[in-house]
Amino acid sequence: MNIKADFPTLIQETDYGTPESTAEKQVTLTVDGRSVTVPEGTSIMRAAMEGGVEIPKLCATDMLDSFGSCRICLVEIEGRNGTPASCTTPVGEGMIVHTQTDRLDAIRRGVMELYVSDHPTGWNEKAGTGASEFDAVAKSVGLAENRYGVEGRNHVHEDGVAPGHGSLAVDYIARDESNPYFSYDPAQCIVCSRCVRACEEVQGTFALTIEGRGFESRMVAGMHEDFITSECVSCGACVQACPTDALREKTVLEKGMPERSAVTTCAYCGVGCSFKAEVKDDEVIRMMPYKDGKANHGHSCVKGRFAYGYATHKDRILSPMIREKITDPWREVSWEEAIAYTANEFRRIQYQYGRAAVGGITSSRCTNEETYLVQKLVRQGFLNNNVDTCARVCHSPTGYGLGQTYGTSAGTQDFDSVEFTDVAVIIGANPASAHPVFASRLKKRLRQGAKLIVLDPRRTEMVKSAHVEAAYHLPLKPGTNVAVLTSLAHVIVTEGLFDEAFIRERCDWAEFQDWASFVAMPENSPEAVSKLTGVDPELVRGAARLYAKGGNGAIYYGLGVTEHSQGSTTVMAIANLAMATGNIGRPGVGVNPLRGQNNVQGSCDMGSFPHELPGYRHISGEAVRDIYESLWGVKLDDEPGLRIPNMLDAAVDGSFKGIYIQGEDILQSDPDTKHVASGLAAMECVVVHDLFLNETANYAHVFLPGSTFLEKDGTFTNAERRINMVRKVVEPKARYADWEATQELARAIGLDWNYTHPSQIMDEIAKTTPSFAGVSFDLLDRVGSVQWPCNEKAPLGTPIMHVDGFVRGKGKFIRTEYVATDERTGPRYPLLLTTGRILSQYNVGAQTRRTENSMWHSEDRLEIHPHDAENRGIRDGDWVRLASRSGETTLRALITDRVSPGVVYTTFHHPDTQANVITTDFSDWATNCPEYKVTAVQVAPSNGPTEWQKDYNEQARQSRRIKSHLEAAE
Amino acid sequence: MSLQPASTEIAARTAAVISTMKDLEGPLLPILHGVQEEFGYVPQEALLVIADALNLSRAEVHGVATFYHDYRKQPAGRHVLKLCQAEACQSMGSDAIAAKVKQALGIGFHETARDNSVTLEPVYCLGLCACAPSAMLDGQVIGRLDDEAIDEIVAEVRR
Repeated sequence: MNIKADFPTLIQETDYGTPESTAEKQVTLTVDGRSVTVPEGTSIMRAAMEGGVEIPKLCATDMLDSFGSCRICLVEIEGRNGTPASCTTPVGEGMIVHTQTDRLDAIRRGVMELYVSDHPTGWNEKAGTGASEFDAVAKSVGLAENRYGVEGRNHVHEDGVAPGHGSLAVDYIARDESNPYFSYDPAQCIVCSRCVRACEEVQGTFALTIEGRGFESRMVAGMHEDFITSECVSCGACVQACPTDALREKTVLEKGMPERSAVTTCAYCGVGCSFKAEVKDDEVIRMMPYKDGKANHGHSCVKGRFAYGYATHKDRILSPMIREKITDPWREVSWEEAIAYTANEFRRIQYQYGRAAVGGITSSRCTNEETYLVQKLVRQGFLNNNVDTCARVCHSPTGYGLGQTYGTSAGTQDFDSVEFTDVAVIIGANPASAHPVFASRLKKRLRQGAKLIVLDPRRTEMVKSAHVEAAYHLPLKPGTNVAVLTSLAHVIVTEGLFDEAFIRERCDWAEFQDWASFVAMPENSPEAVSKLTGVDPELVRGAARLYAKGGNGAIYYGLGVTEHSQGSTTVMAIANLAMATGNIGRPGVGVNPLRGQNNVQGSCDMGSFPHELPGYRHISGEAVRDIYESLWGVKLDDEPGLRIPNMLDAAVDGSFKGIYIQGEDILQSDPDTKHVASGLAAMECVVVHDLFLNETANYAHVFLPGSTFLEKDGTFTNAERRINMVRKVVEPKARYADWEATQELARAIGLDWNYTHPSQIMDEIAKTTPSFAGVSFDLLDRVGSVQWPCNEKAPLGTPIMHVDGFVRGKGKFIRTEYVATDERTGPRYPLLLTTGRILSQYNVGAQTRRTENSMWHSEDRLEIHPHDAENRGIRDGDWVRLASRSGETTLRALITDRVSPGVVYTTFHHPDTQANVITTDFSDWATNCPEYKVTAVQVAPSNGPTEWQKDYNEQARQSRRIKSHLEAAE
Repeated sequence: MSLQPASTEIAARTAAVISTMKDLEGPLLPILHGVQEEFGYVPQEALLVIADALNLSRAEVHGVATFYHDYRKQPAGRHVLKLCQAEACQSMGSDAIAAKVKQALGIGFHETARDNSVTLEPVYCLGLCACAPSAMLDGQVIGRLDDEAIDEIVAEVRR
């Protein structure tokens, strides 16, 4: 297929200059003779643009509030004196506006002449794009000469020499190239403050400022620091906002402006930002946030905006490979041979060990269509239900807990809902690091006055950072979520803060009374549980009152909730709180899981669990099985299959021998690494379908090269249930998109699959799954995205769920008894380890470690409180040994009071760290979601890596050998 | 350069200043004034403490502090002499006055004498246009500057 024909041009989004007004009242005015009707409060600039008249501008852009500093956008208004700025002047009824007159032309030329006099000339050819807004405005006002000369004080000639042999360039500041992705050339800065405002209004980091005044004023990062060492988080909002080439992507400066683009969806976190992938000569030049993207509204973070370099990294494996034993070097083979070998092996294993001896793992990184095909391969091809997904290790308790209480396994709101929130509660999540674009939207709402409650063992950026201060931070001990949440409920019930009318109407009153009598018991009071949780009871009482009575209360939670032995109970406790306070079913409220991966919602929706067919319908349901049996022409197994941990147990026992793993590195991301390793080592055919030789591939017999999100069509479903389009912008580097590779495998084991485009897979999903009945690629092309359920009742999707009643009928209150985890501290392991993420890296780091993002985070560190460090004689930066009942590893210490005494914290982005060697095999009682967030550990000074780390590295090195490469090298 | 607030004497004294003014509406400028009064200048380390205390970014505090010339980055001399260089004073000969003062003190604008006796600065309008050319010495305004007045000022700061 010719991609160029699909999107031949660069998408140009209209910049209306100022934000949209949401006023209901309409105002009609005349702009250059055209009648325009817009909402009251709209700027003249925006009204003109909506009427098709573009007013030249430099300091205005519709992502930012108007500022009125550049003096280019002036207009004349009949009956008014002077030439007001159109960006700061609101429209009025009957106003007659002229945007082009001789007087305005003269003023604009005069202003532009001043700008240009202090702007480097001859720069465009050398390092700029020549295509900036500044260049366009200079062209449009028609500047023929410059009366002031162009040898300004802040720039040097292209040969590097300042005007007047250096003496005149008193204000020259050298280029800042410290950020790996963009450069800052102060000489080209026109001090319009768009970057500063973008950093403040859109991103909420406030890392930039204008230093000095008058001629000396210039944008600087931090306190006149390099970008890389400043507070800058490299979200790219400033680069996007800059009207000159002062801030510009290095790829654009090096390779020139992109030529064509397609709108696609980021493949990092569950926010699901829309981007324009901009391409030149079949190479992605940059990712530009798409303003019509409903999740991000034109914003981005460092990962989605810049960290796509892994797609062309030299570590990517582009040829299928096989080997008989995992101790052999890899042998590169054709796709045909690899597929045939795999099909033969799976057939042999099923013949030899039984139908249930093989299975598959779907990926939360791949598209809905690809995930659907993998579970279909297992169910239709392997004829068992041994399919699971990486959501097992993250949000499976969300599915279970919300399913039980509300009747649907997903978040209740869209992200836009946060704009109506008065009290946000963040539990066990750090959106500033893990869901940065959502964090920016939340911070914006906080700056407008909303209040924040944070439940987290660690003092995260959301607790306190510039312009953010949580009203209540409940620094609970890891593992005590249920106790704290139940004590919040205790306060709400005993102080009469619950919403009786809502509960009587929407929920089962008898169940509420039962639950209320449970939470009201004295042992659930904040005072009683504070001994366990370590939280000051007054903080709990204050937080409960604020959430219950502070207006629209919305709960956002992450893996700090789910990855516990009581993960499902915690989710139910959260659901109870929202029901008890009536915070469900309208904008600004709700229960919102912050999903970790781009398509973890989608992979769950697509029937990836061993007990569920697509749309969360239990495999035991005959009617549901019928739908698929008649379509697929096979008899489905009506018993749930094996979960990932069960597959590994069965492998160790010798009854499970073959697995097809698409896009998940279970060795690194699943708990108890040694157990995973022994399970994989016991199998006879491990097929890894991935971009890189990941850690799991060390135990693989077949490697199928994967495709990145840039190389395929499909859909991702984000944390707000939004189905977003993924569009192919470059051809698959390894010949097949992942869905095509799965199809080849299915055909090789005898299935008659004939999909020629992922849209046909979505059509099959829509045909068989009620909540997706209305979804098609045509619809998504037309409306951009929809949130499921999308069917006859909701043809354009459902932004907010449970509006007139819960999906399950009556909301169900469930008692949430606190049961302490079996993982306890004691004399040998006195500290509690909890884990988390950092902004610049993503999960196990397979992608981000292969980008320049590692400049911000090159290793995992162990955060430890100064008190605990001093007791152990540990200094900042020392190597420490981290040991638990499961195993031990070493890493370097970072001493900080962000963590409380008794708690240590680390990230898990680097394979050398092997953080999951430490974690135990305790897991959620309902869903087996591993208890990553609590491990009893001891920390001691160390000289370097452990034996396990050394052995492991040697084994990894050995198992990554590729035969043809060895021969070539010899 | 470490950009973390350090627990030094500067930090402690800054924190004391902040504690007296933190609850003011728009506390940043009064605090910067207070810090300058405390130290005679605004140390960069103090900015970090202020940013942390007011929940501002260090960029914001830096932007405000560098906007106002009156907030000093280094300590001034024992005396501070400001000569008005605005339009009215220029029309009454402030250029010549400035040249004479610079020669007499041996320093230029924005400079401090080697013996730390005096810092010389331009100022743009003291509101004394009717008495131009004018100056300000250690907060006291002086009008109708002439050679005699200059001699007096120089003698005063040298003392």
